Order: sequence, then structure tokens, then C-alpha cells
Amino acid sequence: MNILVFAEQIDGSFKKSAFEAVSYASQIAQAHSGNVTAVVPGNVADDKLAELANFGASKIVSIKHDKLNGFNAETYAKVICNTATSENSGIVVISNTYSGKSVAPRVAARLKAGIASGVISMPNTSNGFVVRRGVFSGKAFADVNLTTDVKVLAITPNTFNTIENKQAVNIINAESGLADTDFTTQSVEINRVTGKIPLTEAEIVVSGGRGLKGPENWHLVEDLATALGAATACSKPVSDMHWRPHSEHVGQTGITIKPNLYFAIGISGAIQHLAGVSSSKVIVAINKDPEAPFFKAADYGIVGDAFEIMPKIIEAAKAFKNS
Amino acid sequence: MKILVCVSNVPDTTTKVTFTENNTQFNTGGVQFIINPYDELSLTRALEITEKQGGTVTTVTVGLADTEASIRKALAIGANDAVRINAAPTDAYFVAEQIAAYAKAENFDLIFTGRESIDYNGGQVCGLLAEMLGLPSVNVITSIEVEGGKATMERDIDGGKEKVSANLPLVVSAQKELTEPRIPNMRGIMAARTKPLKVVEPAGVAATSATVGFELPAPKGSVKLISVEDAGSIIGILHNEAKII
Ligand SMILES: Cc1cc2nc3c(=O)[nH]c(=O)nc-3n(C[C@H](O)[C@H](O)[C@H](O)COP(=O)(O)OP(=O)(O)OC[C@H]3O[C@@H](n4cnc5c(N)ncnc54)[C@H](O)[C@@H]3O)c2cc1C
Repeated sequence: MNILVFAEQIDGSFKKSAFEAVSYASQIAQAHSGNVTAVVPGNVADDKLAELANFGASKIVSIKHDKLNGFNAETYAKVICNTATSENSGIVVISNTYSGKSVAPRVAARLKAGIASGVISMPNTSNGFVVRRGVFSGKAFADVNLTTDVKVLAITPNTFNTIENKQAVNIINAESGLADTDFTTQSVEINRVTGKIPLTEAEIVVSGGRGLKGPENWHLVEDLATALGAATACSKPVSDMHWRPHSEHVGQTGITIKPNLYFAIGISGAIQHLAGVSSSKVIVAINKDPEAPFFKAADYGIVGDAFEIMPKIIEAAKAFKNS
Repeated sequence: MKILVCVSNVPDTTTKVTFTENNTQFNTGGVQFIINPYDELSLTRALEITEKQGGTVTTVTVGLADTEASIRKALAIGANDAVRINAAPTDAYFVAEQIAAYAKAENFDLIFTGRESIDYNGGQVCGLLAEMLGLPSVNVITSIEVEGGKATMERDIDGGKEKVSANLPLVVSAQKELTEPRIPNMRGIMAARTKPLKVVEPAGVAATSATVGFELPAPKGSVKLISVEDAGSIIGILHNEAKII
């Protein structure tokens, strides 16, 4: 079974999620005697492209086109589908990032392929083609059988390891086959937060709730995040009261995250909040209420006043960082 | 301006999720259903746009008769009329095909979906629908202004925000921040009773996936408590015991 991976690049570099996707595809390929091809829209230098071969891609289709440097759902879907067709790919693997989520369904519709997004398992092919994904915002898992010939899998970042599996590099430069009229949406301006770890990619997240009493106390969250190299997050009431931006709100109606470590400070652990964070590998809860539901979901807990506890943890984290 | 808002009927966010029939069916017993929160944002923004520049807002729901309470609520919030496609939605592909079959002949200028439905969290309907209708799509928008046949939007991207523009017709998916959801008032609730709710039969389409089973996450072991005095030791524990930092 031939597998195509859409390897996402930003400004000419791949993110870790692109290597995860290639590693994931390469494991399927090994189990089903297939090849892995990576398709890369945008101008990526050949030595950068070659990095994908370290994780199991034996062919890299590079589509260099100035207008493909920035992400665009329609045109990316077209070039991914054209490559899938010419490579005779049975599976298309995409990272479930914001860009991946925009393009994956378009690819599925064009290829008339069944699609599973937020995938967290390798496919089980003993009876059909079944993958596992999170549903009900993390409150449960569903096993989905894709019944079409071609399948699209959008895999959750931070879930699968990158695995070294060096292949000989075979870089093909392909024409985009796009006309100007294909570019129906235009990027006007991009603002990336610099110097801060994006919440969606963070391996450690430090999050604050109403228990922190006001935005003026957020330095406690930020100082710990800085010491641990973590991203910051918050509960829904905190963003509703504009103490923190909406982009930091995690939970059922906010962002669902899956970091290795989640610090919940002054957050009760309501079911809607837990829904978005409960798949974190390790959870530390700090709350003065011993009955707070978060203590049922947490691995470690400290019952007490966050204003007394946080300075101690920050100090220990700084000492750890400098050790 | 003719706007279509996709409205999905989902379990209330406080729902304790359980399954029946050997973990193959979601247990709807005692579950309260609501309009998907992102769809409420879409609806409100659609109403704001038509109130400013004229036009109509239609909602569409793929669902059986038990979804009509949510549809009436959407009408009470202010939609002009509603369409229910009479089928149980089995997956996002099916939902998008049904909506595409209906929308094809209607020439909507703008179609809103939610960023994702909070039950199956696929986030797929926007892209699937746009591709099936041959329209551009912009995901996870946090603002939209429409003028002269053109939309200017802001959307979330990995690690930031992007401003994008596109010509109508267009399909977009709503992200938090788009607006504050509206709550129906008494006049709206009264008016909703007489607004048109059209039921259309589903188009025959082939299935592309099937959910074969569900599982609940393994219960957590009990929490390990650390005293306030020793709070700083959590860092060492995370390093030596949990091996996570
Ligand atoms: C009894 C029952 C069983 C179901 N079983 C499954 C299942 O096993 N697997 C599954 O994927 N889904 C199932 N659904 C459908 C589910 O409720 C969602 O409608 C569907 O999963 C949407 O896919 P998504 O999460 O990818 O959608 P998303 O792309 O996340 O949805 C985004 C947006 O699409 C629109 N949308 C979604 N659903 C509808 C709809 N029905 N009508 C109108 N607009 C809609 C809304 O605007 C929504 O905000 C079931 C529904 C019911 C009632």
C-alpha cells in the first residue's frame, strides 16, 4: 500500500509534526509492504527536504511555486490530490494542525475518501481498516472503520514518536498544475507570536483559573511557564472575563490539548474543562478546595493557597533549569 | 445577502458520556441536547451581518425529528427559516454530502459551519462541504466582515493569526471570539413558532466510515498529594519519578 504524507512547512522548515507524520506513515508502510512519498508544497531547499528521508520517506515530491509558500486550503488540496493520484496512494496522512484540519477534509472530498481526524492509533487492519480517535472532546474514544478504497488520516500531533528510518533521497520537482484562478483566498497578513511556545504544540502547559483572582497575578503562571519552557493556558471564565486572550482557553469549547505535563492552578476541574485536557500524560493540580474535581483527574495534587504554593514551585523550577 | 448556517444538535457539555449495546452506541438516555456552541456563534454573526446589510439567514440541520427543539431555538435567536434534512447523521462526510445536495441549488453567498461539533470533534464539515460545492473555505475564523461581494477575515493558524480575504460565495468555520452568542428573547420565542421549518428527505449517498465501538478512558489512579511546605519538591518528582521534565 503506497502512502502519501503531506509534510507541512512553515517558512521553509518542517515542524516536528511533519516528522511524526512521516514516521507514522513509514510504520504503516513497513507492515503493508508499501512506499512512503512526501509531498511538500512551497519553496523548501533540497537539504531541508532531505530531512524527511531520515524518517522513512523514499520519495519527496517538491512543488516549488511562490504562491504556495503560504498555506492555502484549496490549492494545497489540489496539489496533494494530484500527487496522491499519480502516486497511486491508498492512504494520505496529514497532521491534525490548524492547516492540516483545513486541508484534510478537502482532500477527502476530492478523492472520495473516508476520513478520520484526530487519529491517535495505528490502523488495525485485522477486520477492515480501523483507527481510534478522541470524541466528546476527550471524554471517550471511538474506533472508526474507513470503508473506502482511499483513506485520509489526520493524526494528532504529539501522539506518535518520530522514528529514524533513513532512506536514500529521491527528490522530484513537480509542476503545481495550478492556474492563477485557483488561488481563491488571499493571505493579507500573518502574525505569529514570537518568543512564546504555541499552546497547540507545547509539551508542557501551565494553566490558571479563576482561583488566581485577577490578571495581575498571572506572573505566577508565566514565571513557572518560562522556567519550564511551557506554554500558558486558562479556563473558560478567565478568557470570558478578558483576563487572558481567548486563544488560551482550553476545554470542551476551547482548545483540546494533549501535552506531556499539565499544571492546573486554581482551576476546579469542571467536566467541560477536563474534557479538553484529560489526555495530558501527567496532570498536577493546585487548589485550596480538597474536594475540587481536578484532584480526581490529577496525578499529583497540592491542596492549599496558590499564592503560597506557586512561589515555591517557581523557585524550584528555576533552580532545576539552572542545574 | 443569503446566508446558510449549519446547526448541529449535540449533547450538552455537562453530559457524562456512556455507551450501550456492547459499547457501540452513545447512550442518549437522560441526555439534554443543545445547539453546538460554535454554531450559535455562526448564527449570531450571520444575523449581525444581515441586520447591517439586509438579507436572510437559513439554518440547516441533518437530523431526525428529535433535533427540532434546537432548530426552534435557532429560529428564536433570529434565523428567518430552517431546513431539516431527515436523516440520522452518521459521520461528517454524510452530513456534508446532505448539506451540499441541498445547498447546490440555493446559491448562498456565505455558508457558516462551526469549527467542530463538540460530540465527534471532526472539524471536517466546513472543508468537505466547500470542496463538494466547489467553493473556497476558511477555517477557524475569529472575525469576518463582508462588503461588496468580498469577505475579510481573521483566522487562527498554528502559533498565531492570519488575515485573509476571499470573494463570495464562501464557506467558513466559526471559532470562539467570532462574537458573543445571542440568547433568545420572548418575542423571538413566540415568532419562532410560526417561522417556516422545512423537512427535506436525504439524498442517497454511500457510506465512507462507520463507528464500530467506543471506549472510555481508563480511570486514573489516585492522586498523590504533596504538602504545601514541600510544594517545591514537585519539580524533582516530575523529573525523577514521572520522568516528564
Ligand atoms: C445518534 C447519533 C449518532 C451519531 N454518530 C456519529 C458517529 O458515530 N460518528 C460521527 O462522526 N458522527 C456521528 N454523529 C453525528 C455528529 O453529531 C456530528 O454531526 C458529526 O460527527 C459531524 O462531524 P464532525 O465532528 O466532523 O463535524 P464538524 O466538522 O466538527 O462539524 C462542524 C460543523 O458542521 C456542522 N454540522 C455538523 N453536523 C451537522 C448536522 N448534523 N447538521 C447540520 N450541520 C452540522 C455544524 O456547523 C458544526 O458546527 C451522530 C449523531 C447522532 C445524533
